[in-house]
Amino acid sequence: MTASSGPVRHVRPDGRRRPRARRSAASTVAGVLGELLITVGVLLGLFVVWQLWWTDVQGAREQAEVLQSMGWEVPADEAVEVRRDEPPVAEQPAVGDVFGQLFVPRWDDAVIPLAQGTDKRTILDKAMAGHYPETAMPGAVGNFSLAAHRMTYGAPFHRVEELEVGDPLVVRSNDTWYVYRVTEGFVVQPNQVEVIAPVPGQPGVEPTQRFLTLTTCHPIGLNSLRERFIVHAELDYWLPVADGLPPDLVGHVPDELVAAPPEAAEGADGSAPAGLAGVRAVDTVTGPTNGGR
Amino acid sequence: MMYGALWRVLPGPAWLRVLLLLVLAAAVVLVCFEWLFPIVAEYMPFNETTVEGTGG
Repeated sequence: MTASSGPVRHVRPDGRRRPRARRSAASTVAGVLGELLITVGVLLGLFVVWQLWWTDVQGAREQAEVLQSMGWEVPADEAVEVRRDEPPVAEQPAVGDVFGQLFVPRWDDAVIPLAQGTDKRTILDKAMAGHYPETAMPGAVGNFSLAAHRMTYGAPFHRVEELEVGDPLVVRSNDTWYVYRVTEGFVVQPNQVEVIAPVPGQPGVEPTQRFLTLTTCHPIGLNSLRERFIVHAELDYWLPVADGLPPDLVGHVPDELVAAPPEAAEGADGSAPAGLAGVRAVDTVTGPTNGGR
Repeated sequence: MMYGALWRVLPGPAWLRVLLLLVLAAAVVLVCFEWLFPIVAEYMPFNETTVEGTGG
């Protein structure tokens, strides 16, 4: 207890150090306010990082999970013939159901799951394309219309502007391929709902053709709310999945979706020599199964 | 001020406090990424992909 004359530190009775200098109320308020502003700034920065980067990471992961849980393999061989008669049309699924896939060779062979409804959180943010429930189903007379993100959340329709007239857009339902061809792409205002009318651009007119429409945001950037990018396509042909791969998809399907040819799998199994160590034998057996995923 | 108070409240030597602060920061980022930002994003005008008056 010799500190009374000491110049430096004030020590409270409980032994804890005191704040270095006494502050006025105003400077305390300014200090807290300053730290709050810094905090808000950091949080805004974090939000940008989340929006521009993390939603892509998460969206891609969720899309892969959906595709894997669907487990739809595609046949390895090209179909012998395609059909241009009346295609089978599925019932409208329940909202939220995943009912199909969209194959886009132009986008580096992208495969995008299709779900019923255009809810942001449960469908679009999972890097799926959402089907406007009031529009036709794939293959039906009318306008099968889809929406998906163009940026962030996996951005399935990011490269929508690269599509060219004549490009195939292949929709797959459980057992049918529907091959549409792009007819046009253009920009509209967000309220121009006539683009998803049964006859695109002509609401109220009775349709006779089978259309497909993609809607996504435009332009890319923070002002993406301003307009929408629209792509129209028309059905060219269809075929049952059991018949094989549509000619337009040959060489344009991700390897992991292709069903392993049954004879190759058999060969690998059959050729495993009986006398090998257990580990090797297990490897040989599981090999073809993994390859077939 | 607030952060100074936080520093003083944390126990242990400096390295432990730094460690605790890093854990706290990670927790804040996690809460933001998983819960706060997805909710905030609902009210943000970007990322609208649908033509309006039609749901979504």
